[in-house]
Amino acid sequence: MNGTLDFIVGNYQKVIHLTCEHILVVGLALAIAILIGVPLGILIAKRENLSKQVLVMANVLMTIPSIALFGLMLPILAIWNLGLGKVPAIIALILYSQLPIIRNTYTAIKNVPPEIVDAGKGMGMNRWKLVVEVEVPISIPLILAGLRTAAVMNIGIAAIASYIGAGGLGVLIQQGINRVYPEMILSGAILVSFLAIFVDGGMAMLERILTPRGIKIQRRLVG
Amino acid sequence: MIRYDSVTKIFGAGKDAVTALDNISFTIEKGEIVVLLGPSGCGKTTLLRLSNRLESITQGNIYINGQDIMDSDGVKLRQKIGYVIQEIGLFPNKSIAENIAVVPRLLGWNKNNIKQRVDQLLSMTNLDPELYRNRYPAELSGGQQQRIGVARGVAADPEILLMDEPFGAIDPINREQLQDEFLKLQAKIKKTIAFVSHDIHEAIKMADKIALFSKGKLVQYDTPELILTRPKNKFVADFVGADRALKVLGLMRVKDVINASPKNIVRSTDLAQDVLKFMDEKKMGFAIVLKGNRPIGYVTQKILKYEEGKAEDVAEEYPIVVGEQDSLRDVLSNMLMHDLIILCAINRDGDFVGTVSYKNIQDSIRDIYSQYED
Repeated sequence: MNGTLDFIVGNYQKVIHLTCEHILVVGLALAIAILIGVPLGILIAKRENLSKQVLVMANVLMTIPSIALFGLMLPILAIWNLGLGKVPAIIALILYSQLPIIRNTYTAIKNVPPEIVDAGKGMGMNRWKLVVEVEVPISIPLILAGLRTAAVMNIGIAAIASYIGAGGLGVLIQQGINRVYPEMILSGAILVSFLAIFVDGGMAMLERILTPRGIKIQRRLVG
Repeated sequence: MIRYDSVTKIFGAGKDAVTALDNISFTIEKGEIVVLLGPSGCGKTTLLRLSNRLESITQGNIYINGQDIMDSDGVKLRQKIGYVIQEIGLFPNKSIAENIAVVPRLLGWNKNNIKQRVDQLLSMTNLDPELYRNRYPAELSGGQQQRIGVARGVAADPEILLMDEPFGAIDPINREQLQDEFLKLQAKIKKTIAFVSHDIHEAIKMADKIALFSKGKLVQYDTPELILTRPKNKFVADFVGADRALKVLGLMRVKDVINASPKNIVRSTDLAQDVLKFMDEKKMGFAIVLKGNRPIGYVTQKILKYEEGKAEDVAEEYPIVVGEQDSLRDVLSNMLMHDLIILCAINRDGDFVGTVSYKNIQDSIRDIYSQYED
């Protein structure tokens, strides 16, 4: 254990660099995943006939092992000379994030009590206003729970993406294995875990901050 | 004014088609409350939802102030029509003030006007603006939430209000109170209201006219009095119930049948023996004792017989006096409870205005029924 700590301290510049790289890859992927997944989730909640296909697709994506997905993307992205590096890693993370984000958004919007939607419509809110002012704010806790799952999961998957040259903390694990250097492997593994725990806590805090006050009160009073 | 012209609504198509409304025509006049009444599944709620285009009409037309609702944009139309539903549907993420402000904000009112209007409405609904403005729906009781629901419905001062069993989910005591408050409000704001209900009592209490529906058809459209006294067919008679004569009493007020100048009145300062003589001459069984303008009780010949003092000293106090605005239904109930056949009526200031007797009530009922016989 001391050896691991020594390794981290001794290589702190490299460790910081890899950590930042890890966060960058996961963060970028998550940001793009939100932009795709949340609107898609809202859309399929409104167009029920699309929901099944979209959710099945997201499910199937989730079942592909990450290494296999990198392998599958390689020949395709190689056409634009992007088969290796951060691009395929980010694309893979976006795809994996879709299931928790879409499913949670879909479920959240579906669970908005119908009388609230009816009241909104009946008072002359258009679809857009209804989504922005009512349905999404009410759905925020559940949507954010989906993002939280996606973020934590992506930190783990991103560690594997170092095999296709995406960088990040996975590099420590990968190189450690190659060099039979247990302290290096362990520092990579521990840092990835810490990052995941830290992000999980951060997302929980974000959930508390972004949940509208009325919803918090309702949860407290109504249970 | 809302005019329904041969409105038909069919849900589904082909074999599964269900006719929810069949060729409905009637008019709700400006400033009237019309209760759309009927058992569940009769189409009353559907008609309400057609009126603001939450559902589309299959055939026929609905005109609001002479304009076909299909000529205007659905969203714009709904912004001009108040909407209140049984489930209330307040937005839990918005404060009470924000909930009330929804339609004014959609209509682009400026902030100051909105704030003023919100406070005004909160005061009108007996909720202190300082206390409630910044609360959230979850912090309010069901009755308070529906008060906000109604306030939200009338926030932008729409001419027309659609209400779908607005007090249906409220407990009976609160419901009565909300109904009374709403009637008081309506007396001030004079909206044109379509009000869905399945409760005949509520309908009689709230309605200027009742539209009674059965299986998608309009069976009878009349004032509550006419629905009760001259039901068009067996369905209407059954729906209003065998006790419809009693329900008519619920519609009539003491002032409608009052005997404003009863002869058997004596002063509190009259001497007992003088009163006795007076009653004996006029062959009165009892006399009402007034002190100033207030009825303090009654005296009978038996009570007075051996008394020397003033009438007020011996007068038997009335267990109950009735207000001139009380319904005859309540009066009759009081008569039965207290074993009295004549009661004193007072006005709002407590002054004696006359008497109401069992016979007055009986006569008025007979009059109403004979008046409507062909």
